[in-house]
Amino acid sequence: MINAIKMTTTTSLYDQFIALYREKEKVQDNRWLTSIRDTAFESFSEKGFPTTKMEEWRFTNVAPFLKEDFRLQPGGTSSLLRQNIIPSLDAYEIVLKNGMLNEDVSIPGVKVTPLRTALKNDDLKTYLGKHTPLKKNPFAALNTAFFENGIVIETEKNAIGDKPLHITHVYYAEEAVFIQPRILVIAHRGSKIEIVESVTVIGDKPLFVNSVTECYVAENAQVDQYNLQIAPANAHLVHFNQVVQQGNSLYNNYNYILPDAALVRNNLHLDLNGSNTESHLFGLYLAGNQQLTDIHTTVNHLFPNCFSNELYKGVLLDNSRSVFSGRIYVAQDAQKTNAFQQNNNILLSNKAIVDSKPQLEIFADDVKCSHGSTVGSINKEALFYLHTRGIGEIAARNLMVQAFAFDVTNKIQIPAVREYIEKRIIHKMAEAYD
Amino acid sequence: MLSIKNLQAKVEDKQILKGINLQVNAGEVHAIMGPNGSGKSSLASVLTGRENYEVTDGEVIFDGKNLLELSPEDRAREGVFLAFQYPIEIPGVSNINFLRTALNEIRAYHNEPPMEAKEFLRLTREKQKLVEFDAKLTNRSLNEGFSGGEKKRNEIFQLAMLNPKLSILDETDSGLDIDALRIVSNGVNKLRSDKNAFIVITHYQRLLEYIVPDFVHVLYDGRIVKSGTKELALELEEKGYDWIKEPATTASVG
Ligand SMILES: Nc1ncnc2c1ncn2[C@@H]1O[C@H](COP(=O)(O)OP(=O)(O)OP(=O)(O)O)[C@@H](O)[C@H]1O
Ligand SMILES: [Mg+2]
Repeated sequence: MINAIKMTTTTSLYDQFIALYREKEKVQDNRWLTSIRDTAFESFSEKGFPTTKMEEWRFTNVAPFLKEDFRLQPGGTSSLLRQNIIPSLDAYEIVLKNGMLNEDVSIPGVKVTPLRTALKNDDLKTYLGKHTPLKKNPFAALNTAFFENGIVIETEKNAIGDKPLHITHVYYAEEAVFIQPRILVIAHRGSKIEIVESVTVIGDKPLFVNSVTECYVAENAQVDQYNLQIAPANAHLVHFNQVVQQGNSLYNNYNYILPDAALVRNNLHLDLNGSNTESHLFGLYLAGNQQLTDIHTTVNHLFPNCFSNELYKGVLLDNSRSVFSGRIYVAQDAQKTNAFQQNNNILLSNKAIVDSKPQLEIFADDVKCSHGSTVGSINKEALFYLHTRGIGEIAARNLMVQAFAFDVTNKIQIPAVREYIEKRIIHKMAEAYD
Repeated sequence: MLSIKNLQAKVEDKQILKGINLQVNAGEVHAIMGPNGSGKSSLASVLTGRENYEVTDGEVIFDGKNLLELSPEDRAREGVFLAFQYPIEIPGVSNINFLRTALNEIRAYHNEPPMEAKEFLRLTREKQKLVEFDAKLTNRSLNEGFSGGEKKRNEIFQLAMLNPKLSILDETDSGLDIDALRIVSNGVNKLRSDKNAFIVITHYQRLLEYIVPDFVHVLYDGRIVKSGTKELALELEEKGYDWIKEPATTASVG
């Protein structure tokens, strides 16, 4: 009975998108873009929104989150906001309103262009939608069919950024909205850029963000991406991040999820398309209340001599639920691969649930790979030690959670970001036992 | 200050403490010696409330309160401190953050406001000096990568910071080099007053030359089988434990 209701409502959002695409004016798109969109749309219309019958969505039922009467393609808004939530972060600041950039930004060695403008350039067709596996990812396909707003970040060859680029995503949820921003990062040969993304939500109506980022790291380039997903309970964030690394490049991803966004689903896909690459993936999900967090990562080792290391830590409070699914694929040609993956979780509530699924698929014979996953509670010996110093249950747990998260917070290379995340953890933990 | 009567405790269905009687008054230092596995650390564990020990009989009164009824943290807040035989490492918890939390939790229990940052810093410096604890270690993760001796010294540094009424030192001397032993002992001696008391668990008479005990007890097979003054430690050093074990066995038979 309940299922039937959910079915019809999900279908209705689906129907709206189908209708929207048919009436969409496509004249403004280049021919190559129209063709990408058509393929993506076809794939989405075939699959529809993911259901728990799809292996990749087995634990995450999005249907309940899609039953709102969303406004589908809200434009940017001109209302001003200059609110940096990360104190003392010294960075080039960009504000995207509902995904839209409406001010020009000049950064030494980096070109930041509104997507609409950038799309006039045919060069983008070598990047946009090229690697993202749209067929298997209905949300990414949906974004590709419909995205209007976003930015292109392009570094100059050999340009070494002196400061991080901080993108504040401001979403206006004064009415229920469904927003689909798109970001394309092109780091040319020998360049280096750090990108920090954070979220600010205005308004308390249901907000659904279906974002796609594509990131190209050319030879000898380095990209560090910080994805800080801290948003209020009305936020639902579905994010697909496709990274392509060329030879000798370095890519670091830092992902920190804290309450209260009702849903956070991230797909982080790395294609290692050259030899001697290095990649680090660090993440923390501290899930509270009714939160559902779902991390899916894939690291595709396609060439020899590449190194990848992944560490995700999870802390679950209240009625939260988390999914971690990490896949390492090593192709037959990818000899001398070093690939490591670790996922550790602590459950601080007996109502919280975590599903951790590491997967190794190795077709080369000369490789060093390891993976592991643990679910446990706080070390009793450590707790006892803290108690014998007069530290009570709550304070002891807070210290232990900070300690647990330390392995991933201490990886943050930007001190202001690290301080911000550490403070948020302390704040959340203090709140958790009020 | 501390009165232990017929204390019996077991762990995983194994009776470890078989009736301990001990009276410790303010201003006193008691040494507890005894062969490996006799129950010395277990006594310390039971006094501090380690979870896996089940008290099967007896009572422990600390400053008029039934100690066994209190949670481990409340025992600490009432003034019981254990310097662990094997202090654990807690990566990610900074020593200094940990100490500040401990101090302020104890203060809150006594309805005192958190310590001012300045005062905390002053106290930290003072106590660091007392046990010559390397300032660099204070900012590191709790005991992480500390040498055996550094860990032991950190226990005494914490003791100095928290200023407990009753301190239990479980083999603090083992792992300390000769200089460190002297420094740590001097620190403890400076902390001694007529208001606090120490229970010093050790295997070696040498420590007791520095921290001179008022009483020496021998724990064997879960019981205190012999008590005396500091001369007893010398005698044990010379003769070992065999001469003491005998009467204990007969006693348990009879
Ligand atoms: N968790 C446990 N389960 C089973 N037996 C235990 C446990 N903890 C302690 N014991 C046993 O209790 C006895 C007393 O141990 P305890 O550590 O108190 O000895 P000790 O006198 O401190 O010895 P040492 O001088 O070697 O430090 C030992 O036989 C030990 O094996
Ligand atoms: Mg012992």
